[in-house]
Amino acid sequence: MAKLKLSNDKVQQIKAICKSFNNEKGEVINVLHKVQGTLGYLPAEVQEVIAHELNISLAQVYGIVTFYSFFTMTPKGEHPISICTGTACYVRGAEKVLDEFKKQLNIKVGETTPDGKFSINCLRCVGVCGLAPVVYVGEKAYGKLSPEQVKDVIAEYN
Amino acid sequence: MANYKMHLLVCGGTGCKASQADEILTNLRQIVEDKGLENEVQVIFTGCFGFCEKGPIVKVLPDNTFYTQVTPEDAREIVEEHIIKGRKVHRLLYEDPTTKEHISDSKHMGFYMKQIRVALRNCGFIDPENIDEYIARDGYGALGKCLTELDPLKTIDIIKQSGLRGRGGGGFPTGLKWEITHKVPGEQKYVVCNADEGDPGAFMDRSILEGDPHTIIEAMAICGYAIGANKGLVYIRAEYPLAIERLKIALDQARDYGLLGKDILGTGFDFEIEIRYGAGAFVCGEETALIHSMEGMRGEPTFKPPFPSVSGYLGKPTCVNNVETFANIPVIINQGAEWFTTIGTEKSRGTKVFALAGQINNVGLIEVPMGITLREVIYEIGGGIKDGKKFKAVQTGGPSGGCLTEKHLDTPIDFDNLLAAGSMMGSGGMIVMDEDSCMIAVSKFYLEFTVEESCGKCSPCRIGNKRLYEMLDEISQGKGTMETLDKLRNLSKVIKDTSLCGLGQTSPNPVLSTIENFWDEYVEHVMEKKCCAGQCKDLMQYFIIEEKCVGCTACVRVCPVNAIAGEKKIPHTIKQDLCIKCGACVEKCKFNAIITK
Repeated sequence: MAKLKLSNDKVQQIKAICKSFNNEKGEVINVLHKVQGTLGYLPAEVQEVIAHELNISLAQVYGIVTFYSFFTMTPKGEHPISICTGTACYVRGAEKVLDEFKKQLNIKVGETTPDGKFSINCLRCVGVCGLAPVVYVGEKAYGKLSPEQVKDVIAEYN
Repeated sequence: MANYKMHLLVCGGTGCKASQADEILTNLRQIVEDKGLENEVQVIFTGCFGFCEKGPIVKVLPDNTFYTQVTPEDAREIVEEHIIKGRKVHRLLYEDPTTKEHISDSKHMGFYMKQIRVALRNCGFIDPENIDEYIARDGYGALGKCLTELDPLKTIDIIKQSGLRGRGGGGFPTGLKWEITHKVPGEQKYVVCNADEGDPGAFMDRSILEGDPHTIIEAMAICGYAIGANKGLVYIRAEYPLAIERLKIALDQARDYGLLGKDILGTGFDFEIEIRYGAGAFVCGEETALIHSMEGMRGEPTFKPPFPSVSGYLGKPTCVNNVETFANIPVIINQGAEWFTTIGTEKSRGTKVFALAGQINNVGLIEVPMGITLREVIYEIGGGIKDGKKFKAVQTGGPSGGCLTEKHLDTPIDFDNLLAAGSMMGSGGMIVMDEDSCMIAVSKFYLEFTVEESCGKCSPCRIGNKRLYEMLDEISQGKGTMETLDKLRNLSKVIKDTSLCGLGQTSPNPVLSTIENFWDEYVEHVMEKKCCAGQCKDLMQYFIIEEKCVGCTACVRVCPVNAIAGEKKIPHTIKQDLCIKCGACVEKCKFNAIITK
């Protein structure tokens, strides 16, 4: 097994989560949810620990992490910006809002600003189509957002 | 609810919560308490009222006053004026857009008049976190009736006679599915609730789980009794935290009341429900993919047969039904199959919940009888197109559906009519588009989605959809020819015919339906290199309006490719052959003199 760069603390945390699901391999998706909720993301080292604990191959864990869009292998920014690009938001101009965020922060979708403050990702419909186009910064929702308002939203966190 | 004189129902759906519903609830409670009315006025969160466009919504009972677009600051006026002095807060009432009249009772609003609420019967009426309120509205009565008065076969018979068809998209008769699973021999069987609502623009399952979670628990238990299963699983999207939380609360309450667990209602029937989380994969809405995901694998579909009803979760007989389908079950058992058949059309009984969204005045969740026309939905319930623009298309069925046009407006909506029109019911997303939507861009949008969500297992879907996307991209850039259109149509048919699962078999639908209904628009893109909706960036041209241009040279200086010619105080012009359409000039111009055509 490859050398772990993770602190012992974190390894213990991951092991405890696996244990809480009885190290059951059928629970791997639930385990990944819990671990990502705790650590924020699922880098290769973390996947190795999980594979070992659940007694499944690393390839299987990696296959699952990369299959489901909810899981990420890169850390998000301090204020993750999630832009809904579901159909309802799309027809109400989500693309222009997304372009403006990219322009203002000078990063692409899936990237994090060099200072680690913001990251941008796209969501497929969060089901609040009444507020389209909708953007989440962390847990806070901004509804009916226009490209002109993007600057002000970012300024709130600077 | 008996001791309170008045009730303030605050919408606690995700949409309204995103618009400060929490603060509204806190303020109302605080002010009610300050006035010493906490024993007379009850303030609660309920499920979604459906009228998301006008949220957040607060309803006052018993007089049925419906306040729209309430802010936390309005709480004081509602309590002081309405509750204490008995005077309605006029400015918060819904204003009819045509008559400009203020309507206080939701029953008289165009948005609600044509609706019949069966699956959504409790959403917006009860506190979803309180089992007693569900029970007060006949909750768990249907389960009791099945366990004590009906045997499994009779239960299945009622569902069969009702004509209920699966609301997740396929429209398979629910009673038949139950019967097949019942007949397959096996000690261990499973009931699965498919709450993996991945269709963008659809949010009915989320709203039901948020507003009335007990109805799903009750229906799953009934299904378990009917097919001979004592274990249920809810497969739900992790993107729906509020629905998950409310479902968990409901499960705990049901266990406490002996309505879930061992020996339910003393009848010897055991039933338990577990939650499984999806992790953002559209293909997991497909039964076999969903089952593999629940087993802790990649959500890849497998060939059917064997159907899940024979070999499903862990290889055992499994009955998979969608949230909305389940929400219909307790009512059918309570009111009888005959009552259900009085609603809807001959082949599609009952109601359907639609998520109305897009360029429409009244965005929201609606439940209408099958057989209603698109025109009634869009113009009477939806209040017409936003900003007085022209209707162009309505997209139903999400990425698997198609775009319908003006000529379909009077078609009665049911499973078969939508299929015949080249679209499908799907889970019930209904996205309205106006004249500013380019149909090529819309198809491209859906194909981009499909390409991303294709699991990659079979090549028609993995490679074919990617090629479709590339062709559409070419057309939107003005590089397409008539031959591209031919290829587009042929490949679409091949993908439909040869893909393994429902995702690939339906993914070309947006392309085929737009080719069929908007052929002229495709031809315009390839022949004239024009996009009449003005959405395809590469086909746009920038022009300077001579009368508005003062000749300040701001645009000349900002243009990165020196495509603008002009001297001071003389109107400038754009050299089209050099322009890269970056839009920098439009941003710089203070006189709005630069337009796109």
